[in-house]
Amino acid sequence: MKRGPEKGASDVDFPQIFSDLFLDYTLRTVALGSAVIGIVSGALGSYAVLRKQSLLGDAMSHAALPGIALAFLLTGSKMPLVLIIGAALAGWIATLLIISIVNSTRVKYDTALGMVLSVFFGFGLVLLTIIQKRPDATQAGLDKFLFGQAAALLERDVVTMGILGASAILITMLLWKEFKLLSFDPDFASTLGFPVRVLDVLLTTLIVIAIVLGLQTVGVVLMSAMIVAPAASARQWTDNLGVMIVLSSLFGALAGISGAVLSASVTRLPTGPTIVVCVSAIVIFSMLLAPRRGILWRFFRERRQRGRLRLEGILEDLYSLALEHKDPEHAHSLSVLRLMSAGKGGVERSLEILSERGLVRAVSPGEWALTRAGIEEAERAQGERGGGQDER
Amino acid sequence: MNREEAIKVEDLTVAYGEKPVLWDVDLTVPSGVLMAIIGPNGAGKTTLIKAVLNLVNTAAGRVLIYGEPYSKQRRIVGYVPQRGSVDWDFPTSVKDVVMMGRYGALGWIRRPGKKEADMALAALEKVGMSRFAERQISQLSGGQQQRVFLARALVQDAQVYLMDEPFQGVDATTERAIVTLLQELRAAGKTVVVVHHDLQTVPEYFDWTALLNVRLIASGPVSEVFTEENLRLTYGGRVSFLRHGERNGAPEDEKRTGERGF
Repeated sequence: MKRGPEKGASDVDFPQIFSDLFLDYTLRTVALGSAVIGIVSGALGSYAVLRKQSLLGDAMSHAALPGIALAFLLTGSKMPLVLIIGAALAGWIATLLIISIVNSTRVKYDTALGMVLSVFFGFGLVLLTIIQKRPDATQAGLDKFLFGQAAALLERDVVTMGILGASAILITMLLWKEFKLLSFDPDFASTLGFPVRVLDVLLTTLIVIAIVLGLQTVGVVLMSAMIVAPAASARQWTDNLGVMIVLSSLFGALAGISGAVLSASVTRLPTGPTIVVCVSAIVIFSMLLAPRRGILWRFFRERRQRGRLRLEGILEDLYSLALEHKDPEHAHSLSVLRLMSAGKGGVERSLEILSERGLVRAVSPGEWALTRAGIEEAERAQGERGGGQDER
Repeated sequence: MNREEAIKVEDLTVAYGEKPVLWDVDLTVPSGVLMAIIGPNGAGKTTLIKAVLNLVNTAAGRVLIYGEPYSKQRRIVGYVPQRGSVDWDFPTSVKDVVMMGRYGALGWIRRPGKKEADMALAALEKVGMSRFAERQISQLSGGQQQRVFLARALVQDAQVYLMDEPFQGVDATTERAIVTLLQELRAAGKTVVVVHHDLQTVPEYFDWTALLNVRLIASGPVSEVFTEENLRLTYGGRVSFLRHGERNGAPEDEKRTGERGF
């Protein structure tokens, strides 16, 4: 922020967006609203992901559509609070329906989820079409709930979202150990006397709240991405639940703000897909680069491991050959070593690496022998392998 | 033998759908015994433990712990679930999991503090896992996971312990460590009930047993009820490996047969 807040007329777009963030009413509202969505869905989404309920979020957000449409049809109001309550109720009923289908029939969880999701969503689309065919103009904008429209956010919406979101997060902080235990081992929680059903319903309700908060901005189709993606990314970076939830909230806020600001600055760009593009970038980055869990990290660790094993293998081959000759420094031809490491290839390259480290030396072209250091290393490696059967 | 009844199960029936899993089970566990629940797969062993803990819906019957309903005696009943019942990739540490055993005593909202951490470390010491206190739980072997669960039950400081297959998939060293721990608990006057799979070790590890196959076949001191007749009634014709005379001196390589491979 070297430039300070003054607005130079010749400034390019990028700093312009930054200063607009603080000065432009729409952009500020949009950014704040999306930050709230990101923080709340990131925090509650962590529980959904850890409890393997990621898809439930998808079903709940799709199922919210008929709730929004019905709330409008019944009240004639487009007040966000009214629509949000409708959405939450519909999401709730869908969740209860899924649970009761699983409990009372032989239908499996994923099938029940898929059925309820598509039935509710289909019904919602039908209602939307009916609403749009009505002659009066009051219906305008309801279809924005499909893919979200950040620019439509008003300041009082953001205040509502902030209060709801803050309450949800406050509850998870108060019931921190209860929710942690519920997510890790519900049976054990029950034997300790915690009312697991009540806690389960409460946590699910909070997840519903997180989802409906974002419906207006992100849309019913893609809101589940905000529940799943930040949490899945955060899990890559940490093994601590608290850190995971904070990180997930930060990722959610980052994706929410950048997506919403982008879509609000470029006209007619739907917010939901833009946010999802941003959050996808975070997911890809985390999946690839996170230490220990990241794909690249694992790839290099395995390669290093394989390389080390190959070098040790050749050292041991030379060592066992030397033992047969009763002369540890006896030289052997490359072709023998090639035969011993059957088909693995790279023998010459490995020998060069070993000789750089002073473990082997070329006695004559194509003839290799262990050095004194090489003998020690081979003995150490063999000892390690013999006694290396410890617990994982 | 005039001992107090630690657990009393009366007319217990549990059904999943139309299929009864437990049928009219009456079982009394005297205080201070180390008891094995044995029976074939699908005999309802786990269900029996879960029914005592009120984790499954019962069709009929009731359970008393020291003469009172379980709901009043929760605090004195410790539980070690099957190791595979949780996700070990959950982002938490060994010490955190063990401290969960104190959550009930802590009550609502209050967080575990130094006292709980000290108790957890002491319990980890007992199961030989103090080195692993800060370790992430996904980095544990099966035997280590089992020990963590035992430590979590230990910090509950209960009178009655119910354990679901604590020997499942652990190595020989861990098995010995767990047996020693169970016997220490009994020596301290606790009652320990264990779902067990390896028939060969029953006389060696336990002093009390219940043979279960949907119905209760027999229960009592191992020396009285662990008979070939009762085992045949429990397992049908499938106990050919337990012949007369071999019970106390089975060859080492046959000790593994049992029912484990199923």
